Amino acid sequence: MELKEKLLNSHLAFEEQSDVNEVVQTQRINSLKVFQEKGFPTKKIEAWKYTSLSSLIKKDYVLFPKNDTQVEFKKIKKYFLPDIETFKIVFINGIYSPFLSDTTHDGLDVCLLSAAFNQSKYNEIIKKYFNKSVIKDESLASLNTAYAREGAYIFIPKNMVSEKPIEIMHFSTGEQKTLWLQPRNLIIVEKNSQVQIIERHQSLVDHDVVTNSVTEIYAHNDALVDYYKIQNDLDSASLIDNTYIDQEKNSHVSVHTFSFGGNLVRNNLNYLHKGEHIMSTLKGLTILKDKQHIDHNTLVNHSKPNCESHQDYKGIFSDQSKGVFNGKIFVHKTAQKTNAFQQSNNILIDDKATINSKPQLEIFADDVKCSHGCTIGQLNEETLFYLRSRGIPRKEAKALLTYAFANNILQSVQINVLKKRINEQIAEKLGVDLGFDL
Amino acid sequence: MLTIENLHATVDGKSILNGVDLDVKSGEVHAIMGPNGSGKSTLSSVIAGNEIYEMTEGNILLNGEEIKDMDAEERAHKGIFMSFQYPVEIPGVSVTNFIKTAINSSRKAQGLSDMLASEMLKKIREKAELLEIDTKFLSRSLNEGFSGGEKKRNEIFQMAMLEPKLSILDETDSGLDIDALKIVANGVNKLRNNNNAVIIITHYQRLLNYISPDFVHVLHDGKIVKSGTKDLAHELEAKGYDWIKDDID
Repeated sequence: MELKEKLLNSHLAFEEQSDVNEVVQTQRINSLKVFQEKGFPTKKIEAWKYTSLSSLIKKDYVLFPKNDTQVEFKKIKKYFLPDIETFKIVFINGIYSPFLSDTTHDGLDVCLLSAAFNQSKYNEIIKKYFNKSVIKDESLASLNTAYAREGAYIFIPKNMVSEKPIEIMHFSTGEQKTLWLQPRNLIIVEKNSQVQIIERHQSLVDHDVVTNSVTEIYAHNDALVDYYKIQNDLDSASLIDNTYIDQEKNSHVSVHTFSFGGNLVRNNLNYLHKGEHIMSTLKGLTILKDKQHIDHNTLVNHSKPNCESHQDYKGIFSDQSKGVFNGKIFVHKTAQKTNAFQQSNNILIDDKATINSKPQLEIFADDVKCSHGCTIGQLNEETLFYLRSRGIPRKEAKALLTYAFANNILQSVQINVLKKRINEQIAEKLGVDLGFDL
Repeated sequence: MLTIENLHATVDGKSILNGVDLDVKSGEVHAIMGPNGSGKSTLSSVIAGNEIYEMTEGNILLNGEEIKDMDAEERAHKGIFMSFQYPVEIPGVSVTNFIKTAINSSRKAQGLSDMLASEMLKKIREKAELLEIDTKFLSRSLNEGFSGGEKKRNEIFQMAMLEPKLSILDETDSGLDIDALKIVANGVNKLRNNNNAVIIITHYQRLLNYISPDFVHVLHDGKIVKSGTKDLAHELEAKGYDWIKDDID
């Protein structure tokens, strides 16, 4: 049976074991119809021109893994932030692990989406927010909605700063050789509140796991959301990340995406502006090798005046790895005084590595500042000569310069231990033995 | 220490150096002066091993050893240092970490283990003091956002740390105000000794007010057309380069 058929046919079984939240159920049924109609995207669709899912969807996946896998904390400790306290929402093979998690309802809510679906006190919020930001005709997001049951639920009430960062961690253990996961996160940050969130998908042994994730983020007036996606999975793991961000007046939502591994990663990062004086920051650093494939697909929808967006993506591609950057900026007629910047800079280390970069600016307002730039290059010989003249051999000099190229994406990381950790990972990925603590 | 014989070099097929001869002994300071386009910077780059330039004829010997086929890094390991006119910015790598990497690369090439951290720190402090460098400066990213003066001072700091046998200062005075110039010159003077040598490449005489050269050479059309003592520099300053051109014509 084809995967699409399997996903459609399994929905009844899913419904039987799921909650009966009416609002959610209606959305699920409607979304399943969208997926049924559209199916998996193919390369015939412009937005999927350079990324093919065909090899992924040929396989047969376990959709409902068993509930009994335990993982010892010491085995996964290294994936969490060291030295600082965090809230943790941890999933093993898509199933919540209360032993590994550290949630709260003290002032703010950091808990499970299933809990929010099932408890009547959350009904209003679910009704108000669930699936509201998702672009309705996207088949993969619809597929996720059809099966939306579990994930992180974060609610920061007005005038509150979450003192601890929140880690959303998805581990897969490989007990199911092939596994299809569809986590769903709902994040609401009310007026004048702040939160830092780190999201990570990690397989603990190399196996065919595909994660089709949807995250909705609602940032109300004056809210500050600082979000980090760590994509450094094992070779056989694939990720389709659909993130939808609704921003209101004076809010700032920043998303850093660090992509250092995995088989195929597709990031659909969508921003919608619903008020004035909004700031949106999108930063990405990609370091890939072998036959790894990444596709960054961004959309910033400027629909109100006086807003800013900054996109800065850097990529370093070795071996036969492939990168795609497809950045769309849409400026509505009413969105005067928009400042929208987009930059995609790439280094191809090997001849067989490729990058397809496609900026799309659709501007309907006349008083705006929009710019985009894209570079694809190799390292400059003159610059290399400077390092070599100091006795640093060519290979090390190249690694050091590549490290320097990547480094500026790190500057805006607000969590120091995370910055240090990523810095170490960059050095490791690039094979830079800097001989000092970073 | 350095012997250059009949050096010819081209870039993109264009001939820049047309037979340079130069002999620099230990303990000496040589100034190479000349108008724009005379080949000064090419000469320093060729000695340091920049592969953009093709050496078509001649020889370069360092302490009797032929270096013309060596890579830039290998020449650095043998004790050649070049201070750049436009040093490269390396975001995210501090001055200290860069210099550690450079020193340990040279040590590795010589079969030595990494320098002990304590020893490195001591040396860094010592040289920073010598060049009047605030240690805060050393934790900044290499050359990123540095002023012209800071960049040049940082070049001389690297020179101090690497302790080269032969240092080539390429237009080190350009873009420096008088205070920065004095600090840089003072640093170079402190690093001079009987076992090393310095070649100063410069358009103007003003750096030579602070670093006194033993010999001054004038480069014109890729050849050394006149050599003399310090007085030659003063004469050039007073009369300009046209005088030399007229003289050889």
